[in-house]
Amino acid sequence: MFRRIEPAPAAGTLVFDGRSIAFQAGDSVATALIAAGVERFRDHPRDAAPRAPYCMMGVCFECLVEIDGRQNQQACLIPARDGMVVHVQTGARQIPERGHDR
Amino acid sequence: MTADRMDTDHIAADRTSHDWDAVVIGTGPAGMAAAAALAEGGARTLVVDEQPEIGGQIYRAIERNRNHSRLARILGADYLRGAPLAERLRASGAEISLGTLVWRIDEERGVWIRRHGAIERVSARAVVLATGAMERPVPTPGWTLPGVMGIGALQIALKSGGLVPAGRLVLAGSGPLFLLFARQCLAAGVRDMVLLDTSDSTHLLGGLPLLPRALTGEGWRYLLKGAGLLAALRRAGVPFYRGVRDIALEGERHVTAIRFVHRGGAARLACDTVGLHEGVIPQQQITRSLGCAHEFNPAQGSFRPVLGASGTTDLPGIHVAGDAGGIIGAQASAHDGNIAALAILRDIGRLAPEAAERRIAAETRARHAHLTVRPFLDRLYPPRAEILAPADDTVICRCENVTAGALREAVGRGVTGPNQAKAFLRCGMGPCQGRLCGPTATAIIAAATHRSPEETGYYRVRTPLKPVTVGELAGLADHGAPNAERNRERPS
Ligand code: FES
Repeated sequence: MFRRIEPAPAAGTLVFDGRSIAFQAGDSVATALIAAGVERFRDHPRDAAPRAPYCMMGVCFECLVEIDGRQNQQACLIPARDGMVVHVQTGARQIPERGHDR
Repeated sequence: MTADRMDTDHIAADRTSHDWDAVVIGTGPAGMAAAAALAEGGARTLVVDEQPEIGGQIYRAIERNRNHSRLARILGADYLRGAPLAERLRASGAEISLGTLVWRIDEERGVWIRRHGAIERVSARAVVLATGAMERPVPTPGWTLPGVMGIGALQIALKSGGLVPAGRLVLAGSGPLFLLFARQCLAAGVRDMVLLDTSDSTHLLGGLPLLPRALTGEGWRYLLKGAGLLAALRRAGVPFYRGVRDIALEGERHVTAIRFVHRGGAARLACDTVGLHEGVIPQQQITRSLGCAHEFNPAQGSFRPVLGASGTTDLPGIHVAGDAGGIIGAQASAHDGNIAALAILRDIGRLAPEAAERRIAAETRARHAHLTVRPFLDRLYPPRAEILAPADDTVICRCENVTAGALREAVGRGVTGPNQAKAFLRCGMGPCQGRLCGPTATAIIAAATHRSPEETGYYRVRTPLKPVTVGELAGLADHGAPNAERNRERPS
């Protein structure tokens, strides 16, 4: 669980698995979710164990969620936007291994 | 007819805006300095960052936080050094493109980017890779549980969202960031915090011969800061266990406890959040994908690209600046960025060779003053042994759940290198593309085959460096370089 050191006015609201979550200016989807107490971002495709942000800087891919219908979105890199619809990423669907090779 | 002409005009406009004297990747200290110095010197410069704000990780959200009195006080003076750098970049005239992913760099210094869902290729006479560092992966039993994060990650939550862990926080690790973040938590009012220091006091003995040099230049400031952090933590009575080993995390759906060995005895603490940290290493994905030569630096326990003076790689026009070329810290990184920029300005004929040499020499002296302390710190805080030789049942590849034991078994069956291991086990084949298991895979294979990390090698890194969808690529094929002028952020 996390808490804000100083509450700031909400900059907007996103919906996470049906629950409205207010976020602050500057929040990524990941900071908005962990601030709201979300502990599970995705289920691991191999063993379905819950996973959550580990690096917060775009390298670990543990924060993958579904945003506005698109899977495999890195919550720690994407700014929270008003009206965003976010879902826990479940199931075995993974990022395609290779979209392009050189 | 009209439509055709409009299309042609559009493409022509694209071409101009896609040709740059220099493209800088990353807006941490090295990237901000490099881009600013290039633009100040008259080079048409584009600087990109994957994040929506400039500052990199060390100065993350600096433009927002500098005027936030509480956060600025918590994060401290060294963090605020990012503010003048950010100002300098904004005033320099460099074009800043944020939220911009670099997913490929080709042989002709074409930089393939994705911004706002569209793919573009921009080309440059020179490219500066200022992609910085990442936390060293710390494979530990239970480290995939929610609630277990890098200490750097926890610090990013503080910088970017003003967030601190609630409930009991355990920080386990060693090094400057470990102490700094603990101190910042204290200042932020985190009451229930326990520190598990994994460094080994015998390393202090080994470091003593390096101490006199560490006190020269700016080195003493770093040592004084470290001593101040320790003293503040002690004054506040933060529980501090030294020489901690054999860390393991417990929990079902979230971490609930941490086990460890202290003074030969087993201990266990209930907790709500755990931060792990064993230093930082260069981000290698781009230099690896380009096929740049890399060497293993035993003092820092990590690979780094082989660089010439002013950060040149073995590829013409491709430079590396800052921690991406070996860990040197934020202040030295800013000088590194200036040095790369001055060399490029000279190479493209925008700075007279004598002036360039003079200014590079001054920057090099300033950079060096921040490096005197490094050998001492590297010796004092080597990564704890367990993370380089994790127990068999520890997950090393988080994406594919590959354990250390599975990798050792594969080596027993004849696997001799990381790329073979990838083919056998899928380790390094998941979404993170080996970023979180590469260093461990090399260490385990090296130990099992009695070879050095350098002989063992590293994953071959393929493009795209991050997933790019077929739809995004299709947009490129249909329209050449779409969305050139739209969505581009102008420096204010
Ligand atoms: S938390 Fe690691 S990529 Fe988002």
